[in-house]
Amino acid sequence: MATVRVQREPFDIGAEIAALTAGRTDIGGIGSFLGCVRADAAPGEPAITRLVLEHYPAMTQRAMADIAAEAERRWSLLGCTVLHRVGPLAPGDPIVLVLAAAAHRQAALEATSFLIDWLKTRAPFWKKECLADGRERWVDARDADEAAASRWADAVAP
Amino acid sequence: MDAARPLTILYFAWLRERVGTAEETVQRPADIRTVAGLIGWLRQRSPGHDAAFENARVIRCAVNGEFADAAAALGDGDEIAFFPPVTGG
Repeated sequence: MATVRVQREPFDIGAEIAALTAGRTDIGGIGSFLGCVRADAAPGEPAITRLVLEHYPAMTQRAMADIAAEAERRWSLLGCTVLHRVGPLAPGDPIVLVLAAAAHRQAALEATSFLIDWLKTRAPFWKKECLADGRERWVDARDADEAAASRWADAVAP
Repeated sequence: MDAARPLTILYFAWLRERVGTAEETVQRPADIRTVAGLIGWLRQRSPGHDAAFENARVIRCAVNGEFADAAAALGDGDEIAFFPPVTGG
């Protein structure tokens, strides 16, 4: 059963791994992805001072649970955790955490990759960048993210 | 005959900013039966609505919390959300 949460407050990756593995002796590996807010701006552009994450509360939790369920369907997981933060975040802040536990590394690592790829393209979150000169702008979706997600479309689980 | 229950329309990210509201309740005309039809009808409500929907290619939609396409049918009392492509993660 997956742990799925949307929250404003920071999370502790160590505590989340401990919760995922508590009392378990069948888990052989945990894949993890910790996403952080980048400050990098395009050349000649002011730095990003803040990122604001908006979401669709009535839909987000279910969309994330559906993505986790799909990972559990494709790989033999012994647990997974998907956390996403919302609200204002600063450069360097952790923003998203994916953990996938399995008996062996291949399933854990592949499921982790799948979870973050689908989370980026199928969960209703939107990022707004606040720039050092006071401007704000919504982040555009990247074709590279769509391409990364689509490579799983017909993938057969090992 | 009872009037159909109104639709709840939600807007997110830059669509919300262009429309000028996060949520509105609308009574659709009986001949508006799909998401695509609804978009065309909503565009006439204000210049902000028109601007929000001007590039249909970059608009995504959910009906009652599930992703839906432009051909999706509308039901009585549905919650319809419009938003740009998602950018979480």
